[in-house]
Amino acid sequence: MSNNSILVVGGGFAGITAALEAAEMGHEVYIVETNPYLGGRVAQLNQYFPKLCPPSCGLEIQFQRIKNNPKVKHHTMCEVVSVAGGPGAFDVKIKQRPRFVTPNCTMCGECEKAASTSVKSEFEFGLVDRKVAYSTHLFAFPQRYVIDGAACAPGELEAIKAACPYDAVNVDDAESTFDLSVGSIIWATGWKPYDMAKLDNLGGGKLANVVSNMQFERLAAPNGPTGGQILRPTDGKAPKRIAFLQCAGSRDENHLNYCSYICCMASLKHVTYIREKLPEAQVVIYYIDLRAPGRYDNFLQKVAADDKLTLVKGKVAKIVECECKSPILTVEDAVTGIKGEERFDMVVLATGMQPSCAGAKLPMDLPVDDDGFIVGGAELGVFAAGCAKLPLDVMKTAQTGTGAALKAIQNVVGR
Amino acid sequence: MAEKLGVYICSGCDIGKSLDVDSLLDTVKKGKLASICPVVKKSAVLCSPDAVTEIEADIKEAGLDGVVLCACSPRVKWDIFQFGATQVERVNLREQCVWSFREDPKVPGLLPLMAQDYVKMGVMKLSKSRIPAPEVPETNKTILVLGGGFTGLTAALEAAKLGKDVVLVEQAATLGGKAATMYKTFPMSHPYLKAEDTGIDQLIADATSNAKIKVLTSANLVSLEGAPGLYTATVNAGGEQQFAIGAVVLATGWVPGDKGFLAPMGYGSIKNVVTAAEFEAMAKAGSIVRPSDGQAPASVAFLTDVSLCTKGSTAGTADVCAPVDPLPEKAAEGEPEVSAYPDKESAKHLAYSSELTSLVALKQAGYVREKLGQSVAFVLYDHMMVPGINERYYKAAQDDAGIMLSKASITAVTEDADGGVIVAAKDTLLGADIEIKADLVVLPTAIVPVTAHEPTMNLVYRQGPGFPDLELFDGFVDSNYICFPYETRRTGVYAAGCVRQPMTLAGAKEDAAGAVLKAVQCIGSANRGVAVHPRSGDISFPVFNFQRCTQCKRCTEECPFGALDDDEKGTPKPNPTRCRRCGTCMGACPERVISFDNYNIDQIGSMIKEVYVPDDMVAGGPRVIVLVCENDAYPALDMAAFRGKSWSPFVRFVPVRCLGSVNAIWVADAVSKGVDGVIMLGCKYGPDYQCHFVKGSELCSRRKTNIAESLGRLGVEAERVEQYEVSIDEYDKVPAIIERFMTEVITKFGPNPFKGY
Repeated sequence: MSNNSILVVGGGFAGITAALEAAEMGHEVYIVETNPYLGGRVAQLNQYFPKLCPPSCGLEIQFQRIKNNPKVKHHTMCEVVSVAGGPGAFDVKIKQRPRFVTPNCTMCGECEKAASTSVKSEFEFGLVDRKVAYSTHLFAFPQRYVIDGAACAPGELEAIKAACPYDAVNVDDAESTFDLSVGSIIWATGWKPYDMAKLDNLGGGKLANVVSNMQFERLAAPNGPTGGQILRPTDGKAPKRIAFLQCAGSRDENHLNYCSYICCMASLKHVTYIREKLPEAQVVIYYIDLRAPGRYDNFLQKVAADDKLTLVKGKVAKIVECECKSPILTVEDAVTGIKGEERFDMVVLATGMQPSCAGAKLPMDLPVDDDGFIVGGAELGVFAAGCAKLPLDVMKTAQTGTGAALKAIQNVVGR
Repeated sequence: MAEKLGVYICSGCDIGKSLDVDSLLDTVKKGKLASICPVVKKSAVLCSPDAVTEIEADIKEAGLDGVVLCACSPRVKWDIFQFGATQVERVNLREQCVWSFREDPKVPGLLPLMAQDYVKMGVMKLSKSRIPAPEVPETNKTILVLGGGFTGLTAALEAAKLGKDVVLVEQAATLGGKAATMYKTFPMSHPYLKAEDTGIDQLIADATSNAKIKVLTSANLVSLEGAPGLYTATVNAGGEQQFAIGAVVLATGWVPGDKGFLAPMGYGSIKNVVTAAEFEAMAKAGSIVRPSDGQAPASVAFLTDVSLCTKGSTAGTADVCAPVDPLPEKAAEGEPEVSAYPDKESAKHLAYSSELTSLVALKQAGYVREKLGQSVAFVLYDHMMVPGINERYYKAAQDDAGIMLSKASITAVTEDADGGVIVAAKDTLLGADIEIKADLVVLPTAIVPVTAHEPTMNLVYRQGPGFPDLELFDGFVDSNYICFPYETRRTGVYAAGCVRQPMTLAGAKEDAAGAVLKAVQCIGSANRGVAVHPRSGDISFPVFNFQRCTQCKRCTEECPFGALDDDEKGTPKPNPTRCRRCGTCMGACPERVISFDNYNIDQIGSMIKEVYVPDDMVAGGPRVIVLVCENDAYPALDMAAFRGKSWSPFVRFVPVRCLGSVNAIWVADAVSKGVDGVIMLGCKYGPDYQCHFVKGSELCSRRKTNIAESLGRLGVEAERVEQYEVSIDEYDKVPAIIERFMTEVITKFGPNPFKGY
């Protein structure tokens, strides 16, 4: 007799979708998520292409579904340590990092005021600092503060506790482990942005006005570090000329040998952000191919009609900065063959996606390719979904999450 | 009806600091609903474990059938405030009262009045709420799969693997669909480098030998009658048969696009210009030859840039942005409703097929290398559309010295005297405008969903046989929801494969699995009497009081999901398993005969009546009712409050399931009681609608126009009723929307002329 429960590793869009679809089929589902919140990468996006709708809209529905379904259990700040057993009867050991904040939290924010230490915000991709007592973002689910215990100064945790009016700080919270018995596992650990610092010639991570596409999402988001204003990191001024570099790390044997699927559409979407917020700004997109598959073609045509947007098939060999910190690009137009230098106020590197587990040792022996994508596992009772498996957009991620839920259920039914 | 309520008021989170909680308790204790509120208490922190234990004890001891919790937003602490079968109503004092309150210098001290209104509204709301008891039908469990191609066969096998019986209906005499016509397909799995066998023969063998799958070939679906879990499918396979069906996977795939659209690239006028589908057929048959002389071509050019054909059509995003069709006009009495099916194919389908066009060109260039030895292949592309992992397949083609790839904008395709084809191109990577002479030119085959040409489903539904709104998706049975790709306007039918979007076989395999899950899940939900997405698990359902129905047909026409059929007189016939519980029917009904046990006209109307409206607007201030979509606008208001925003103290929020459920009587009652204005806050509508019930906010805006006109006839300014579109992330904008209404409408027009009557 198989255990009918399903473990979903990763609480991003693929994981949430898989978990809910399975739970609404009557299965008990556990989501374990490493972040303090569910929602994964999409929680960091301002809008989706091509509808330009906010991801929090779909997430709100997903969270409602979680709230209304007792079969879905979720655990944040968790990682899978080990997996024993096999299909139909897995024993999974989970490690949970301390949050130091109990369900008593009302999000009043007194802890944040009482905290004195600040560190770079991971959620905002280092664009701003956050306190050691913090809430990642406005729509965080579960809506509860987090205390970064490791970063607290001596005595700081106690001071934070003293400031909490709701006795919601547990200074003794510590790393713990728990076990889950499940019949199937869905692996939906998602993706991470390719490390800009590896794009040495493009000034990634070194030149302040060269940002990644994910940082650009945060700059455009109303709950982001600038309240949704697109501003140059160095001087806080609105840029007048912005360049996008496609395939920053993707389609490149020295970096990622695949196309990251979303970056062309994402940059086109970013042009719409710019147009809404900076009507006069000039934009250039340097690309190899503009990949807008299927009916996304409509979006490409719509954006390409922008008369202040120039699309250049070409390669950017190098970026340096001038004295005023403006990036200067060495560009070769692939069609005309003309080489030259172009100065911009700000550059966005359309960095690609890398599986989150790339380079890390998985807690179980799953087949992965050289780039870290999971390329099998069904025979082991493990089903990959979303960007852990392939570079995908959100719509296709939801599709794979739904498919993975079916496979996970097939694996436990009638076993 | 909840008849024994406990009312609890929290003092935490600034509520106790801002409000005199004891006097707020008195409004309940001394109010008209005191008799049904045996327990009225305050708590320092209502979400604390002690307080929750106390509520649980009260429920037990006093036999409470409902609790009104006056504290924070229902969006938070949801897990703490759950009390089994006891109904819970949350009064949002924190976000909507104390956090967002702004003192008006002309009418100071309004906060207690506002809190009293909300507490009374909450008590009233719960007192009018019953726990629904849905009828649970015994459902059919069989899955109907339409289409016996790669997607359909995969879906049938996936469903069978889950233990479900399947009826597979294929129009052709043989199974296999388009995949059976392919020589090979591009890679379906790691390492994504080589074209491979489609595997279709194995799928056919597996499906035909599977005892759970009943395969019907040379068959077509005559009609699908009923509702999810309760369908009767009439299939003609050399005689009509009927099947009891639970849900449907629609996998009827695609047909090759009209080749007439390829005329600008020489198709039809130049002999040696063929389509990719024709080229594939030659490869499958074993010999690739020039149509003109039957000789093997020494060079083959694959052109993927179709801008010559799509010029003037892809630029036409206007089509996409065009407004959706108006609601069907009411048919005249006795007149049969004929629904012609407008064809949805256009040259744009060539553009939409770009990913497959590029992959097919790479694959077929590989055929040239494989089958024709020394022949060369050219692939001329505008954008090599191989997103994602298939970049590796592209790279493998680039590494083949016999395949020449270049970016190119095709400017002309002409015939040479010797039967060769000359392709002229500009913007190439070869340094200049070029002309390439090839023995054979291959043009793309557009993927056109069968639903671009015919309704396919043959639903016996009041609203017609096919999927509505397919023009939004150019005939594809796609979803408008990025987050929920299987959600359409027809519950119980889930599309997969190329009928949904142009996709690869690898994509179709995944898609089939997803659609099967949704189909099986839908049957399970029907069998438990609960709603499917987005109100998954909701046990409520619309109840009709047919005695008062005047057969106006508004509900049957307006239901976004076609849930209501009707009889010959026009009396609606509900189909609860098609229904998504949005309440659009309830909002549509002028006779107010439609209700939910826990959400109804009387309930919301009674809540509105609890709002205190001062007779003298100058002394007491105006009052404005805001009907708020609970999915998006409500969270946006919460977030605004959380961010410290504030707004006029004269507005009162009433959450609604969807603006589609807003009934005109609520507005009329509000106005007749002296309310000075009514705002509706709902989702964006139009082609990129965000409404989770597809049409709710749009329908509301139409009704609003009617309501406003009726008010105008009564001497009340039409401007007093307004609807605004608010996305969930517009929390920084929503206060200004309210402010603008207050100044531009209320200040301008002054008090409601009905005030005081």
